[in-house]
Amino acid sequence: MRTFIYFSIGILFGVVLFKSEVASWFRIYEMFQFDSFHMYGVIGSAVFCGALSLFLLKKFQVKSILDGEEIRIAPKQNVWKRYLFGGVLFGLGWALAGACPGPMFTLLGAGFWPVLLILFSALLGTYCYGFFRDKLPH
Amino acid sequence: MLNYFSQPWPWYIGGPLIALVLFLLVWTGKSFGMSSNLRTLCSAMGAGGKVPFFRFEWKRQSWNLAVAAGTIVGGFIASQFLSSTTAVALSTDTIEKLYVFGFTDAGQSFMPEYLFGADMLSQPKSWLLLGMGGFLVGFGARYAGGCTSGHAISGLSNFQWPSLIAVIGFFIGGLFMNHFILPFLF
Repeated sequence: MRTFIYFSIGILFGVVLFKSEVASWFRIYEMFQFDSFHMYGVIGSAVFCGALSLFLLKKFQVKSILDGEEIRIAPKQNVWKRYLFGGVLFGLGWALAGACPGPMFTLLGAGFWPVLLILFSALLGTYCYGFFRDKLPH
Repeated sequence: MLNYFSQPWPWYIGGPLIALVLFLLVWTGKSFGMSSNLRTLCSAMGAGGKVPFFRFEWKRQSWNLAVAAGTIVGGFIASQFLSSTTAVALSTDTIEKLYVFGFTDAGQSFMPEYLFGADMLSQPKSWLLLGMGGFLVGFGARYAGGCTSGHAISGLSNFQWPSLIAVIGFFIGGLFMNHFILPFLF
């Protein structure tokens, strides 16, 4: 049952990423060229509505609908190096491959098979991070 | 209505629906983060044997793998049944710039044929570019502790300043690639 709920949320996510064209390589290129408001509108309105809904969840101390436990959002670490350096590397890849992790899955379902190459490389990249983790500034 | 539905969705529909996904995941006691699945998959494939970073109870993350599986199916449904056209209505400026790169399908398709078409298999350069891009996305997302969903959407919505640093990083890297490296690659 729970698996089905999360699977369904994923379907919604996949449909939205495709229909709002966030998964399109072209849209990512256009965003970094500042040629269209589209991507900024998507991300901006998502953050605006997201902030509003998280605020309301916290204000009314809403409990988790599945198990009644308190909703806790994990804090991020109080450092900056990993966020900046990791962020820059991610951005380089995002602008090149034109796909971040969510859209990778969407594009796979949409039948763009070369995305498998991106996905496997991303897994390799994740593995390499884990391998070199102790040697990197965080 | 159905006709409108099958057109590409404008930003003011897409953005709030992404927020709905964030809301549903938080409301069910989870969090919104797609790149964590890459770590989970590494772990599930046995990466924990050599690297401690992948030694964790990955099965507890199976709910997120279900989200990822749903995202794949969502992409299939949207492309097969909910789209009368998959052409992306890009700005004319972008179409002209991409034309110079040789991307003659800009504005007419969902993805560039050069990188994602059937012929790319015979183009070693396309392999290299997608492989490099994917590697950087995977490495960078884990180094930064999140990707667009975890930092740009979830983190900024929660006013977490580390996420703001990460998003600034995304744009430093993205703008540099887009303006200073891509022109030399195509």
